[in-house]
Amino acid sequence: MAKIIVVTSGKGGVGKTTTSAAIGTGLAMRGHRTVVVDFDVGLRNLDLIMGCERRVVYDFINVIQGDASLNQALIKDKRLDNLFVLAASQTRDKDALSEEGVARVMDELAAQFDFVICDSPAGIEKGAHMAMYFADEAIVVTNPEVSSVRDSDRMLGLLSSKSKRAEENRDPIKEFLLLTRYNPIRVESGEMLSVADVEEILSIKLLGVIPESQAVLKASNQGVPVIFDAESDAGQAYSDAVERLLGADVPHRFLDVQKKGILQRLFGG
Amino acid sequence: MSFMDFFRAQKKPTTASMAKERLQIIVAHERGQRSQPDYLPQLHRDILDVIRKYVPIREDQVQVELDSQGTCSVLELNITLPDR
Repeated sequence: MAKIIVVTSGKGGVGKTTTSAAIGTGLAMRGHRTVVVDFDVGLRNLDLIMGCERRVVYDFINVIQGDASLNQALIKDKRLDNLFVLAASQTRDKDALSEEGVARVMDELAAQFDFVICDSPAGIEKGAHMAMYFADEAIVVTNPEVSSVRDSDRMLGLLSSKSKRAEENRDPIKEFLLLTRYNPIRVESGEMLSVADVEEILSIKLLGVIPESQAVLKASNQGVPVIFDAESDAGQAYSDAVERLLGADVPHRFLDVQKKGILQRLFGG
Repeated sequence: MSFMDFFRAQKKPTTASMAKERLQIIVAHERGQRSQPDYLPQLHRDILDVIRKYVPIREDQVQVELDSQGTCSVLELNITLPDR
């Protein structure tokens, strides 16, 4: 039986899609059959970040409405055999994401995958609700910034009350904090909330800290999930997060200011 | 942190610590509201309407709070009547 993981945040622009793409890819790289599902109906973007935008023929809504089978709509990744994408539709009709329809697709996906990663839209509307409703685990993507932290706390409230697990009185959704766009230099100078601050406020388990990195824009420009960039700090931080998601105890990196040596200062690095 | 920063830090809290303090307050407040039952705002309005049949009163002069201690829930009503 598959594990369903929602990537959510409440606030937009904090890195949900970047994270969904990176974590999904990371799980597939480690041999797990994984599908990443875009729930952002009307504003699909996961396909661009994963680099499969020109291969979308059928989407999530087509499957729900019976216009296509699930296997017709699943897009196989070019790089990994066990990684698939289910694109969101570009229709503006959000009601198309019906609870029965999503439940049926989730069941079908759970039968053939090890991991189902649900990329939630921003906000707390239907799309976001459906993305979290069937989840077993949640990755709450947060920036070290007041509005993002507040919205994350709001999402935690919804995860514990408005999910299928909550309604059926089963074990609650396992919640993980992923702090993104972290800048240790600004934290050290007191301009940015630290990991410890955000952990204290939200009090959920820390899955990882992704440093603010130029690699993220570079990766999205090319449509290659940033986790493939194994040289980059963000890529490595995502790899660590995937290991932790799979239960490994990996120490956190990139939390402190990297002191540059004299040669690095002179020649850049 | 440089030598001068040490003195500066004494005078003014950092913006990060202001952010943390503000967040702790608003998050605690919003969590409190979240745990309230859905009917509480409507109950508040109804009580207000009943009292207004007899005396003019502002909305903030009626406070409704629900506290739960163990298995016991206490509904606390605080009504301030205007001066006569």
